Amino acid sequence: MSVELMEVRQHMARFSPFEALTDEQLDEVAESVEVAYFKAGTDILELDQVLEHLYYIRSGAVEVYRRGGELHNRLGEGDIFGQFSLLRHCPVGYPAKAMEDTLIYFIPDEVFQHLCKIDNIFADFVELQRSRMESTVDQYRKSNDMLVTRIRKLVSRYPVMVEASTTVQEAARQITAFQASAVLIIDAPSPGSRYIFSDSEERFWQLRGILTDSDFRTKIVAEGLSAETPVSEVIGDRLITVQSDESVQEAMLCMLRNNVHHLPVMHRRNPIGIVHLSDIIRYETQSSLYLVSNILNQPSVEGLARLAPDVTATFTRLVEEGADSQMVGNALSTIGRSFTRRLLELAEEELGPPPVAYCLMALGSMARNEQGIVTDQDNALVLADDFDPEQHDDYFKAMAKILSDGLDACGYPYCKGDVMATNDRWRQPLSVWKHYFTEWIEEPNPERLLHSSIFFDLDPVYGENVFVEELQELVATKARQHPRFLAAMGRNSLNRTPPLGFFRTFVMEKDGKHHNTINLKRRGLAPLVDLIRVHALACGSRAQNSYERLDDIDKTQLLAAGVSDRLRYALEAMSMSRIHHQAFSVSNDEVPDNNIEPELVSSTERHTLKDAFQVLSNAQKFLKFRYPMTSR
Amino acid sequence: MIKAPKRQAEAGWPEYMAQRQSAAYTALAKRYYSHPLLPADTPISDVPMVAMDLETTGLDPKRHGIVSVGLVPFTLNRIYLNQCQYWVVRPRRPLVSKSVTFHHVTHSDIAQAPDIDEILDELLEVLAGKIVVVHYRHIERPFLDYAIKQRRKEGIIFPVIDTMSLEARIHRQSMLARFRRWIGRPPASIRLFDSRKRYGLPLYQGHNALVDALATAELLQAQIAHQYSPETPLSVLWS
Repeated sequence: MSVELMEVRQHMARFSPFEALTDEQLDEVAESVEVAYFKAGTDILELDQVLEHLYYIRSGAVEVYRRGGELHNRLGEGDIFGQFSLLRHCPVGYPAKAMEDTLIYFIPDEVFQHLCKIDNIFADFVELQRSRMESTVDQYRKSNDMLVTRIRKLVSRYPVMVEASTTVQEAARQITAFQASAVLIIDAPSPGSRYIFSDSEERFWQLRGILTDSDFRTKIVAEGLSAETPVSEVIGDRLITVQSDESVQEAMLCMLRNNVHHLPVMHRRNPIGIVHLSDIIRYETQSSLYLVSNILNQPSVEGLARLAPDVTATFTRLVEEGADSQMVGNALSTIGRSFTRRLLELAEEELGPPPVAYCLMALGSMARNEQGIVTDQDNALVLADDFDPEQHDDYFKAMAKILSDGLDACGYPYCKGDVMATNDRWRQPLSVWKHYFTEWIEEPNPERLLHSSIFFDLDPVYGENVFVEELQELVATKARQHPRFLAAMGRNSLNRTPPLGFFRTFVMEKDGKHHNTINLKRRGLAPLVDLIRVHALACGSRAQNSYERLDDIDKTQLLAAGVSDRLRYALEAMSMSRIHHQAFSVSNDEVPDNNIEPELVSSTERHTLKDAFQVLSNAQKFLKFRYPMTSR
Repeated sequence: MIKAPKRQAEAGWPEYMAQRQSAAYTALAKRYYSHPLLPADTPISDVPMVAMDLETTGLDPKRHGIVSVGLVPFTLNRIYLNQCQYWVVRPRRPLVSKSVTFHHVTHSDIAQAPDIDEILDELLEVLAGKIVVVHYRHIERPFLDYAIKQRRKEGIIFPVIDTMSLEARIHRQSMLARFRRWIGRPPASIRLFDSRKRYGLPLYQGHNALVDALATAELLQAQIAHQYSPETPLSVLWS
């Protein structure tokens, strides 16, 4: 490659999918490039033109249209187009026009096809069958396989080391000076030693052992040894170490098995640090399991409220470890349910045992086990049918207030739509609830259902679970038999539509208008969850979780082959995008929300989200046709 | 000595080139001028072109030398970057340090480089039959002519399209430009970098003969798209 064309190569190296190529591959691309200038308003690709090149936008902006002339996409610097025609060996189906003065790099078909063949990431990015969205989601999954945190993550500094001839007193001084709790003992290498390494000055050493705080007590002071004793005389001959890529779990088991509290961490034969049991415990306390047991042991609302920051910490850690959206959703919902449950236990302690049986019903995201970090409370009380308002309602009203205020204090703000057990309507005996659901389903009316769609994600949290299970059963059996109900739910789910995609630092709407941010919940996740719910109700699914609902939908012929997989990927892609942005906000000490600024969206993520929006948009079109509004 | 035509209006380029062809007496010149010049009325869309940029140690062909040559063949529709050529050559006069940073060509590059004589045949082979496009013809044409004359006795002169002079026609010689000057506005810059900016062309980390040749080819495409048309005859553009 002539150094002189670095200009071309460096530019491409900044954008997907070229950024993933090796230097040699990039050279090959840059050397093959042809260039042309297009004045704003001129055609770049015409319908049915035969393509011989992949088009890369070096500067300017391009609009891509559908066959019918409707805007398909707007592309900017570093974007590519024409790949679909090249891959399908068919003429141009999506014509393109220069929106601004534009400079295009043309990459020959042979080079493009060759890259697809030799580079999986490149192929994934451009390929049709395995869409970009799927490959991105699979990447999330892959990093999730590495969920096991490696012990090296807990190593905070290089170990303190002393030579074998050092006196124990000097070793103790070193430990104190470095505020450590153990020191490694090194010596000139002897043949056959396992732990021979070289230091930064190329001198060879062998790792002989470790001397810890407690050794000074048990092996030196208790034995009455002199302060002048060389450390080599007090260390044991058995050294237990852990490799830096072992899991935290494995390191902990190693400590337990060998009854030691310090473990030298080795990278191959080089000591890189020492891990103490307390490091592991501190790490484990951020896990969701620990948090849940901590919640369930809190003696007061104040204690629970103090745990609110731990929820954020747990969320951040899950994201850092590469958890997927289902794991995050599940963990946060479990945490939310634990808060709810503990608050109810505390309420019972305060108010005495409940006069009649009850069940606390979770609604919305908690019921779906898809709770996020930004969420308010949605709950209701289902009471036994021997409930007598005159006698018993004071009790449950007080209980609802304790719960609602408590959740608010713990970081789950009051529901703006007043879907809380404190609302008299949503604190009713089972028979009334059955009546509510029957009326919603049998006498549907889109306006009324708009506010009650949240009730169609329902799950028991605490108390007589069977009450809520009966309601779930009722919904599953009745909903599918009422096409007008499904149509009304379907129509409501279409109230919110996704944008077309991104363009530079804007969100681009279907009419070509630009916005500065996108509310990913309102414009993507919520309508998708709504849509999945309608299909799930139509096939009689009892599942509440969207992924489980899709599994149930899969067992029917409701959707064409492959559609539910695409919906699954779209849901995962949008969820992960939201999760990553929220984790980013948290790490920057900002208040996480559902809004995403396109500036912070990476190039791959843009494409993935655009694909997800497209899947949602197509699915919405199908929904309209599948559950038509019938007039009676 | 045959004088090169002064202005493109009465441009005697066809006559000039014909005279040179019949008068050529060295192998290189004979070979170069044996390629017929495109007719003056050829629409620009049909013209094979090659963008050329020379980096030199100064502005005077007699005192300064060429250090690198960049060539990019192109047409109105397509720039064949994949056919580009670039040479570093050793000037007869030593490189003064002042120009080193300017060119990105270092002493050690040049120490190992051949004399331009060794690449002249190959270079002229690329130019033959095409219209050369440069930004500021008063560097490329005289420097190349002089270097050839020094080494092969007979210089070579040809018509060029000068993107700087096309830019000057709009920004210096038009009625609007004259009016602006009259009311005291500073004239628009017609340097390569500033001219490109006006057409929305990207910023290149300039001053490398190949990148500048590419930049010049792109600029001509942009100028034709904005100020002329694909049917514009060659005679309007060359000088």
